[in-house]
Amino acid sequence: MTLSKIFKNTLLVLTACLVLSACATKKEIAGDIEGSMQGDVYMGTDTVEYLAEGVPDRVFFATNESILTTASRETLRAQAAWMRKNSSINVVLEGHADERGTREYNLALGERRANAAKDYLMTYGISSDRITVLSYGKERPVDSGSNPLSWSKNRRSVTVKAN
Amino acid sequence: MIKKIITLFLILIPINSYALIEVDITRGNLDPLPVAVSPLSIDEKSRKSFEKVLKKENIGEEISSIVENNLSTSGLFNPLSKEAFLQAPDIANLKPRFEDWNLIKAQALITGKVNYVGDKLRVEFRLWDVLAAKEMMALAFTTVPSNWRRVGHIISDKVYERLTGERGYFDTRIIYVAEEGPKTQRIKKLAIMDQDGENNKFLTLGNELVLTPRFNPTSQMVTYLSYFKNLPRVYLLDIETGTQEVVGDFPGMTFAPRFSPDGKKIIMSFAKDGKSDIYTMDLENRIVQRITNHPSIDTSPSYSPDGKYITFNSDRSGYQQIYIMKSDGSDVKRISFGNGLYGTPVWSPRGDLIAFTKLHKGKFYIGVMRTDGKGERLLTENYYQEAPSWSPNGRVLIFYRETKTNDKGEGFTAKLWSIDLTGYNERQIKTPIDASDPSWSSLLSN
Repeated sequence: MTLSKIFKNTLLVLTACLVLSACATKKEIAGDIEGSMQGDVYMGTDTVEYLAEGVPDRVFFATNESILTTASRETLRAQAAWMRKNSSINVVLEGHADERGTREYNLALGERRANAAKDYLMTYGISSDRITVLSYGKERPVDSGSNPLSWSKNRRSVTVKAN
Repeated sequence: MIKKIITLFLILIPINSYALIEVDITRGNLDPLPVAVSPLSIDEKSRKSFEKVLKKENIGEEISSIVENNLSTSGLFNPLSKEAFLQAPDIANLKPRFEDWNLIKAQALITGKVNYVGDKLRVEFRLWDVLAAKEMMALAFTTVPSNWRRVGHIISDKVYERLTGERGYFDTRIIYVAEEGPKTQRIKKLAIMDQDGENNKFLTLGNELVLTPRFNPTSQMVTYLSYFKNLPRVYLLDIETGTQEVVGDFPGMTFAPRFSPDGKKIIMSFAKDGKSDIYTMDLENRIVQRITNHPSIDTSPSYSPDGKYITFNSDRSGYQQIYIMKSDGSDVKRISFGNGLYGTPVWSPRGDLIAFTKLHKGKFYIGVMRTDGKGERLLTENYYQEAPSWSPNGRVLIFYRETKTNDKGEGFTAKLWSIDLTGYNERQIKTPIDASDPSWSSLLSN
């Protein structure tokens, strides 16, 4: 297991390098294919909606994980800033899993992912009263495909305006 | 298919006055027992009365075909074609001409008759050992005509019990989630049907997402998860009256409910702050008890049939694995150590096995292991399948299977399947629309 994790991380770094070097020359290809996943975390913008300008509504996770990536933390900081500016807005964090897990475990995993996002918002000054967590497990995929890219889009926590 | 083993025993015990045919069900069965199900005979007056009440031309034949279908789907019996029958049903029920039944290679024969008696349906049936030329069993019972399907199931159970020495499972129902619509916006409703897929009935309208219904082993109650008002909570539903109520007062999501074997408690998970723990609620005094307390995900709990132990899955080792513990939460022991992830453990009603879902190298398996984790046997492999539920006699598992979609994300289906504990006799159970999360009831008649 540890070995495969090391391998995964190496792959992640390698992919990142590839993306960076490719960006200069072949922008579209890098953005559409290699750039859409890092490791198995979705990096694209296909399904992303915006709460306000420059404030993406969702963050993505690796398989079976609830750790926030650098990109996710950036997204959540933007969300926190937006919430601080709009102090009357409350949100629901909807946690989701991909279809490659048992239903009940995925419900718990969705809850764990949404809570990871909630904790991060709270460290940036958002009161827990303004945040509700709701897990959908694997019940509400955004992409109905049965492939790694589709699954990566579905492993997400989406911040939804509650009022 | 190829590796099926012949295990049908025909034991003739001359000393014993009966118990002549026996079906060994401990292994897969290549050679199901040939059985002749003679249509229940019916007199013209009774036939007309039932035709009026039930809109069935010949209720005797209808009941017989239920028996035939049950015996056939069990995989242990081979009901013979009626066209080959030489003896008329009414005469066969009085005194079978065993040479005739022997000629078509029947080893067991079921005969009977049905009467309309004072607005009631009266059935008698007999099971005969053809080779020994003896009656093995005779039973009669009376019920309301609308119960005619159950009559077929009860006869099937009696025959199954007499020939295999184990309890039957035909007079049972399945509760499940009926689903339809695009994969991204599935509409899900609770549904119930007889074990053979008949008498399908939807119990909710599909206005809110519902998941994982489970039968109370001792009554017509069901526990399930509903997203009513967008709050995922465990509910209790009385199938007879339709009354529903939330189970407990938890400040967050409750899920993965199941009844204790005595039907008096609900065991479930409660998720808070990114961790899920196992709780029970006593349905009489409403006392809630916390069973696990760990920063991991602990879910999918299931009691042992004596109520003394609980099996569940947890990712406390870093990955989803199966554990057992005493029912008070002490003595937690991991039991799954094979390659891959393990989930949805369900304790067999016989107590000796735990059925589970396994994910390994991108494939999903339904399997069984002993309660110490040894003797793992994978029964079926597929793209996606999970959530086995035991037949009340512990011989058959029902589960659901989902298909992989194509490049355009189309072609998703979810269906119910059953498989024998031996790994043979895998069958799809027909449902009016797609289906998932099946749960098998106890025997309705005892």
